Amino acid sequence: MDQDGVIKTTLDNGLKVLINEAHHAPVASFWVWYRVGSRNEVPGITGISHWVEHMQFKGTEKYPGDEVDRLISRVGGHWNAMTFYDWTAYYEVMPANQIDLGLDLEADRMVNGLYDPEEVESERTVILSERSGSENSPVWLLYEEMLSAAFRVHPYRVPVIGERIDLQTITRDDLYNHYRRYYVPNNATAVMVGDINAEEALEKIERLFGGIPAGDPIPEVNRPEPPQFGERRVTLNREGQTAFVSVSYRAYETAHPDFFALTIVDSILAGASSLNFMSTSDTSNKTSRLYRGLVETELAAGVGGGLIATIDPYLYSITATVRDGRTCEEVEEALDNELERMASGDISLQEFEKARKQAKALFAYDSESVSSQGFWLGFAETLTGSYDWFNDYLDRLMAVTLDDVRRVAAEVFHPHRRTVGWYLPTGHGDQGEL
Amino acid sequence: MTPPSNNSALPGPDDILRRELNNGITVLARENFSSPAVVVSGLLRAGSLLEPPEKAGLASFHSSLMMRGTEQHRFDELYEEIEGIGASLSFGSGGHTYRFSSKSLAEDLPQMLNLTAEVICQPTFPEEHVERVRGQIMTSLQMRAHNTRSMAALKFIELAYPDGHPYGRSVNGYLDTIPAITRDDIVSFHKNLGPHKAVIVVVGAVKAEEAVRLVKDALGQWENPQQPDILSAPDALRLTTPRREHVLIPGKTQSDLVLGFPGPARANPDFHAARLANSILGEFGMYGRLGDAVRKAQGLAYYSYSRMTGGFGPGPWRVIAGVAPEKVEQAVETIREEIRRIVDEPVSDEELAENRAYFKGQLVLSLETNEGVAESIKLMEMHDLGLDYLCRYAAMIDAITIEQIQKAAANYLDPDAYALAVAGPD
Repeated sequence: MDQDGVIKTTLDNGLKVLINEAHHAPVASFWVWYRVGSRNEVPGITGISHWVEHMQFKGTEKYPGDEVDRLISRVGGHWNAMTFYDWTAYYEVMPANQIDLGLDLEADRMVNGLYDPEEVESERTVILSERSGSENSPVWLLYEEMLSAAFRVHPYRVPVIGERIDLQTITRDDLYNHYRRYYVPNNATAVMVGDINAEEALEKIERLFGGIPAGDPIPEVNRPEPPQFGERRVTLNREGQTAFVSVSYRAYETAHPDFFALTIVDSILAGASSLNFMSTSDTSNKTSRLYRGLVETELAAGVGGGLIATIDPYLYSITATVRDGRTCEEVEEALDNELERMASGDISLQEFEKARKQAKALFAYDSESVSSQGFWLGFAETLTGSYDWFNDYLDRLMAVTLDDVRRVAAEVFHPHRRTVGWYLPTGHGDQGEL
Repeated sequence: MTPPSNNSALPGPDDILRRELNNGITVLARENFSSPAVVVSGLLRAGSLLEPPEKAGLASFHSSLMMRGTEQHRFDELYEEIEGIGASLSFGSGGHTYRFSSKSLAEDLPQMLNLTAEVICQPTFPEEHVERVRGQIMTSLQMRAHNTRSMAALKFIELAYPDGHPYGRSVNGYLDTIPAITRDDIVSFHKNLGPHKAVIVVVGAVKAEEAVRLVKDALGQWENPQQPDILSAPDALRLTTPRREHVLIPGKTQSDLVLGFPGPARANPDFHAARLANSILGEFGMYGRLGDAVRKAQGLAYYSYSRMTGGFGPGPWRVIAGVAPEKVEQAVETIREEIRRIVDEPVSDEELAENRAYFKGQLVLSLETNEGVAESIKLMEMHDLGLDYLCRYAAMIDAITIEQIQKAAANYLDPDAYALAVAGPD
């Protein structure tokens, strides 16, 4: 057991296990994290990790698909899953005395997924429809264009949902093979947090998961993105009345020593935000530099920035909604002014201290519920290979100096390492359709 | 099925402190020292029901402006105070209520309550911010016009609440009402806010007595002799024919639809029976019968579920679905078929049992966070449910019968007389 009370162990089959007791509410949360996502995909099967996640809800012999939702709901619990670039995570949140069902379900579907061909076809429609839903959003369309411009080689170049053509052609066997290759204990982390007894929980996990054989070693993803020399630009001329400007810079991977300094940069520029997907804390971010420089000046109706924690270097992106009557040029110019100021090192001690206090408070809020704790533990372990990243979060944050922040801002906001995107609305027309 | 592990953990009369202040505010507090955070959740009795139709969006516009400056703090100073300590504070308005909430470290609670009081009692509505916020609202309304989900929702309320019923209007307003709102309108509208029947709930790492004292210090002196009477919405008429409309939004690849009816108010005796009917229809176990029929069996839609609002008035009871444009009619027929079934046939014993268990377990889960606890306490107070409501909840759900569920469904749903809005391409 660790000093903070977290039990950490690895079973003989390679499954990592993290358990933490939390007794403030009679609730428990169980997670299984797989280190697979769109990062592990190649052209032809893009989107397959996300589709596999959908198929994992379609049932096994023991737990037929149409019955599991009922079983979970019947104890008042809920379950869900998320697929991202680097990982796929499944979780159950339940009254603590019912959480054993979650353990049993996850152990069962780690190996026994049926992948019924009819279900595959029916789910193809659902997945295509999900993509259609995303395509309805101008911001998403711009994001998709930006990704493919920013990445030439690395699989991050395709959104997690995958290319439409691949979603039309992926077969049942493609899905099943992907599942069998990556859904193995040696590629997974099980996390339990809540109103439970940790020793008992560990015994149950060992009993249910310990007998699952380890799989072959997971193929390494080795498609690093080559360095970028010079700005890249994309333009979309599509339906709508509202224009958007987006800028993305090459950023650091989560395990990078300067990742925490970059979170401070993000906080000063775009406002404090949580890396935790289960976070319920929303910050107003009306004192961020971008808000003051773009929204208060009435150039943009809104602006958001984002740092995402990833295994390989990803992007730091900012997207602004151009205010009615303003232009992309004006918004981009104002954005550039703010970015140049950051890059030139014009950051005050006061701003720096404020960002640290915000990060501390957000971290406290996001460590509150059992589901967000479960997220943190599995996330840290999956992304960095050790949940110490979560454990040391505050220490590392507090170790960042103002000089670090200035240095990192200058390095990241380099005009030659960025991609700029404009969404130019064409009104109600159908331009672009051939 | 076994009951939740720790019934004593349910917030109730033993651990919720309730105090009425002299000016009419009710303060409720519950302690939780498991993390250093505290939330405040409050409501005031005013809302969009007070706005004239030609100024639709006034309450929402007004609430967006409340934090744009006070007599003590300019806009940027106010937010610097809040964000500088990693806290949040927000105000919003609905039909019947204004709601506000704050979250901070417990050590910063006094400061947060003082800022909240400033925003409520001394906002200045600076002219330049009126225009700035107006611009933001106009941009968001233009984006709404191209959002299939939002447009289906908007058209639906117009169809379900015809003849000038206030629920038929968008609380966010319209492209032709927002420009008509003046700063004077905003200033006058503020006079609708008062302490009478206001509710403030504090949950977190603060002693309950201390929490009540801090709220009293901040807001105990607030008075507003002009506060209007508590709002009530007119009854909604039952629809007698299908009312359908298609909002054309070219260039989209997915259509969204809303099919529904005016539903029960929270105070209606059949409210909980209707909730159970709704869960069986389109919520339980990933969207209930609708989920099975529309999403799974036919791969028709990405999502399809039903929601019942049940607030102070006859809020909507509706089915919401996202479908491929060529499958809209097929989805509508499937949805109507499921509505017919829940009205015409009794639900099964199994459905009743599993939905009862679901409701009881959900209650436990909703208490995982301070926000969840605060929301539950606020609900008990605003609808006069009593502080023992959560403790009584399980027995109340267990007492609902199959006959009551079918009757409640038939009271509001009708497969042949509904409002249907579809938004998407041709």
